[in-house]
Amino acid sequence: MTATGIGAAVRRKEDQRFVTGTGRYVDDLTRPGQAYAYFLRSPHAHANIRSIDAAPAKARPGVLAVLTGDDLAADKVGGLICGWMIHSKDGTPMKAGPHPALAQGKVRYVGDHVAMVVAETLAQAKDAAEAIVVDYEVLPAVVDAGEAQASGVPIHEVAPDNTVFRWHLGDKAAVDQAFAGAKHVTKLDLTNNRLVPNPIEPRAAIGEYDSGTDSFTLDTPSQNPHVARLVLSAFIGIAPEHKLRVIAPDVGGGFGSKIFIYAEETVCVWAAKKVGRPVKWTCDRTEAFLCDAHGRDHVTHAEMAVGEDGKILAIRVSTIANLGAYLSTFASSVPTYLYAPLLSGQYDIPAIYCEVDGVYTNTAPVDAYRGAGRPEATFVVERLVEVTARQIGMDPAKFRKRNYIKKFPHQTPVIMTYDAGDYHASLAKALELADYAGFGRRKRESARQGKLRGIGFSSYIEACGIAPSQAVGSLGAGVGLWESAEVRVNPTGSIEVLTGSHTHGQGHETTFAQLVSDRLGVPIDSVTVVHGDTDKVQFGMGTYGSRSGAVGMSAIYKAIDKVIAKGKKVAAYVMEASEGDIEFKDGKFTVAGTDKSAAFGDVALQAYIAHKFSGQELEPGLKEGAFYDPTNFTFPAGVHICEVEVDPDTGIVAITKWTAVDDFGVLINPMIVEGQVHGGVAQGVGQALHEGAVYDKSGQLVTASYMDYQMPRAVDLPSLTVGMTTTPCPSNPLGVKGCGEAGAIAAPAAVINAITDALGHEDIAMPATPQAVWRAAQRARMPMAAE
Amino acid sequence: MYAFEFHRPTSVRQAANLLGKLDEAKVAAGGHTLLPTMKQRLAAPANLVDLNGIAELRGIERSARSVTIRAMTTHAEVAESADVKEAIPALAELAEMIGDPAVRHRGTIGGSVANNDPAADYPAACLALGATIATNKRKIAADDFFRGLFETALDESEIVTAVTFPIPQKAGYMKFRNPASRYALVGVFVAKRANEIRVAVTGAGASGVFRWTAAEEALKTRFAAKSLEGLSHPPEGLNSDIHADAAYRAHLIGVMARRAVATATGRE
Repeated sequence: MTATGIGAAVRRKEDQRFVTGTGRYVDDLTRPGQAYAYFLRSPHAHANIRSIDAAPAKARPGVLAVLTGDDLAADKVGGLICGWMIHSKDGTPMKAGPHPALAQGKVRYVGDHVAMVVAETLAQAKDAAEAIVVDYEVLPAVVDAGEAQASGVPIHEVAPDNTVFRWHLGDKAAVDQAFAGAKHVTKLDLTNNRLVPNPIEPRAAIGEYDSGTDSFTLDTPSQNPHVARLVLSAFIGIAPEHKLRVIAPDVGGGFGSKIFIYAEETVCVWAAKKVGRPVKWTCDRTEAFLCDAHGRDHVTHAEMAVGEDGKILAIRVSTIANLGAYLSTFASSVPTYLYAPLLSGQYDIPAIYCEVDGVYTNTAPVDAYRGAGRPEATFVVERLVEVTARQIGMDPAKFRKRNYIKKFPHQTPVIMTYDAGDYHASLAKALELADYAGFGRRKRESARQGKLRGIGFSSYIEACGIAPSQAVGSLGAGVGLWESAEVRVNPTGSIEVLTGSHTHGQGHETTFAQLVSDRLGVPIDSVTVVHGDTDKVQFGMGTYGSRSGAVGMSAIYKAIDKVIAKGKKVAAYVMEASEGDIEFKDGKFTVAGTDKSAAFGDVALQAYIAHKFSGQELEPGLKEGAFYDPTNFTFPAGVHICEVEVDPDTGIVAITKWTAVDDFGVLINPMIVEGQVHGGVAQGVGQALHEGAVYDKSGQLVTASYMDYQMPRAVDLPSLTVGMTTTPCPSNPLGVKGCGEAGAIAAPAAVINAITDALGHEDIAMPATPQAVWRAAQRARMPMAAE
Repeated sequence: MYAFEFHRPTSVRQAANLLGKLDEAKVAAGGHTLLPTMKQRLAAPANLVDLNGIAELRGIERSARSVTIRAMTTHAEVAESADVKEAIPALAELAEMIGDPAVRHRGTIGGSVANNDPAADYPAACLALGATIATNKRKIAADDFFRGLFETALDESEIVTAVTFPIPQKAGYMKFRNPASRYALVGVFVAKRANEIRVAVTGAGASGVFRWTAAEEALKTRFAAKSLEGLSHPPEGLNSDIHADAAYRAHLIGVMARRAVATATGRE
């Protein structure tokens, strides 16, 4: 390991510009002649649009255009798409209703896009939007997924019972048989609360049209600009792919919400040509609450069957997933193939069956949010495991140990083949770091002060490094999930790495450079990472699903292999030796068995001046590209232990200690990895204790601002104890697994397991707000009061 | 935000004149309630009269029996004031608990009492300490000043100039924050003066700040947290929302009152 290579805690290169205010985000950009867009949004959760009178708005000062769904239809602009086909149990394809970028005849949630105003200033656009007259026929709204199925209020014609799919996975007969012979059955009803993503930088877009070249540019904070370009051209039909450039510059957080191709960005590109001016839109925070794709929102009944010896026999799960008013870009995959295949957790479970109904409601679309399906699965499994251990009277750590998978590879009954792991090692380290042995003493100390102390585990697993293209194709994905890279060595030996991954907080500019520094033996400062521009990077699949390390860096690794191979050819000419005798190590090409050597930079220069070889013998230059398609998912796993102290007088939950022991495989930069754990745990704690999107019966979002939606704050979190164990991932050359989502996946179950341990009963839902916990603490006391 | 005329008088007299003659005029003190509302187009005053240019509205004075805080004094200035910390530490602590640093460095005591947000902190202190609110026209006892949700005794062109707090023997403030907004879900200010004990509750009441007389009675026997044990406020007349229903708020009033008394009696 060098000071800047793999495994070094290198300080983030990008932070200099971020902390000095010189980062460049879309809202920082101003194009010559730029006009401003504002969207008139539906105030109703469900309504037919009888008519839209835009004339008064068009007459307002500064207005350049007022555009509606009719204009989109007239220009034959297609609707937004969902790129993952799910089939129901009966073999029928999912029922995807139309998703026009501007409403066509109907609005389906509060915030739905009714019209776009483009004006000289944002204030003028807002003034004009107020002058648009919309005649709505208000319809009954349904916000709860279970109620929507039985409501008789169809949101889309194609799905009269609002059910998009009735999907299942696993062997139902085997599961039923296992339950019939079980010694003990645990039953739980669980809600996985709806979350609003809240990246610090809201969405934004600048659409531009160049009439000279008949080409478009879209600047937008996207996690996957090439996928955005592909969807905008191939499906929505805004522009041919080669006539559309998508740029995602510095991006201030995504958490999944910036994967998707939304209405506003789409319409800005289209409108730029219509008005002949660059069109800029920046989402305000209220719009983000209303219209960014939300996360989670599952209602689940889960059962676990256990045998005589405390071995888990089977799991049976039935989930209703609220998908919102429209199918967002990857909405259908999240509660299906990103969820049910993780229901085996870290455990050797012979039989699993899961059925999932995906349901339309009059709420914002729901799609992937940090963890995407895997937090929901972990919550089900780890709540079942904890409660089962309590019900059969076994220590929860011991119950886990008894059921952990011990041999790898391990084939689960739900698709996945776990390749490597050591779950006992993570648990042992976590128990030690958490001082599990001393918990009883701490609980008694708390009790003396009138506080209830509890401890909760979460032995999570995730499937990351998303994903082998062939495998996801067979499950319904509309795209492949490989990654691309290009390593361009300049004549001076400095290097540009072009990657299809996209960094929006992950620190790729540092970690990817570490890989290059490590393998080519060059200073880290001579490496620049280029990403987020479809004109610079040929193609890429973007960043989500903890895939940039395992997939994105593996592509760079392969391209570096090619650079070294080509460098050896050049070095052979330079040092007048046979190519087979050239070795490359520590930034130097050497001739085996001699003291002859040539530095990497000298070889790069020779490759470009091409004086030592002829064009017939070798192509000049030193630039190589690679596409890497993984052979398996990666399986990061670990144990998080949460210890809480509940104040029964107020219901306030204080997290007194958090222990995270994760196995992410090989670590590229342990400091950045630890930061990812911190961020993930913060979001997971947010889900468990604070966050929850609430719609009222009429479909109004009650929690549409920070006045009512609580994000986790520094005071809500303890200092985390982070430990690592390592089993290298066998399926990629670096042995990395991915770390971006782990905390958000692990945390909710750990928190709720700790609170229920403190309370002595299982009756608490997320978010466990002070009021909810106080009420649950009252219930816990009641039997004592009756005595 | 809609367009408006901006005025920045340099004296209270000028400000009052402006308010008298301008249509749809609003006073801006710290602006931390008004400006966000205007940005969201939920408020649209034609004229904004900014008090930040008026030097005579700033400062804190302490006398033998009272502390007077002029209207444009920020929460941060109150929190850091040596005079307030010594004379009425509970008041300095209350100011320190308001909002976040940005709010505390812009928000003012005059703006807070004039706005009378039902979840604001200062109204509880005013009512419990028996403060007097001075305006450009008169002096109003706190008992008569707060009149319901966002309603006060102020008339159209009346400007709060100062708040005078009698120095109590003991006082304490305890607040349970709304988990999201950090406003008081329930805030209880208790004060013991030579001839009176008061318990004022903010955040909980459906019509704003109010006194909990049953607790005041109970504390007369002995000013100690123990005196409030077993005493609970009825849920009738309290707010209910997604963060706390009336029963939870009622319970919290008891808890916060006991803790406020414990703080008041715990000082040396």
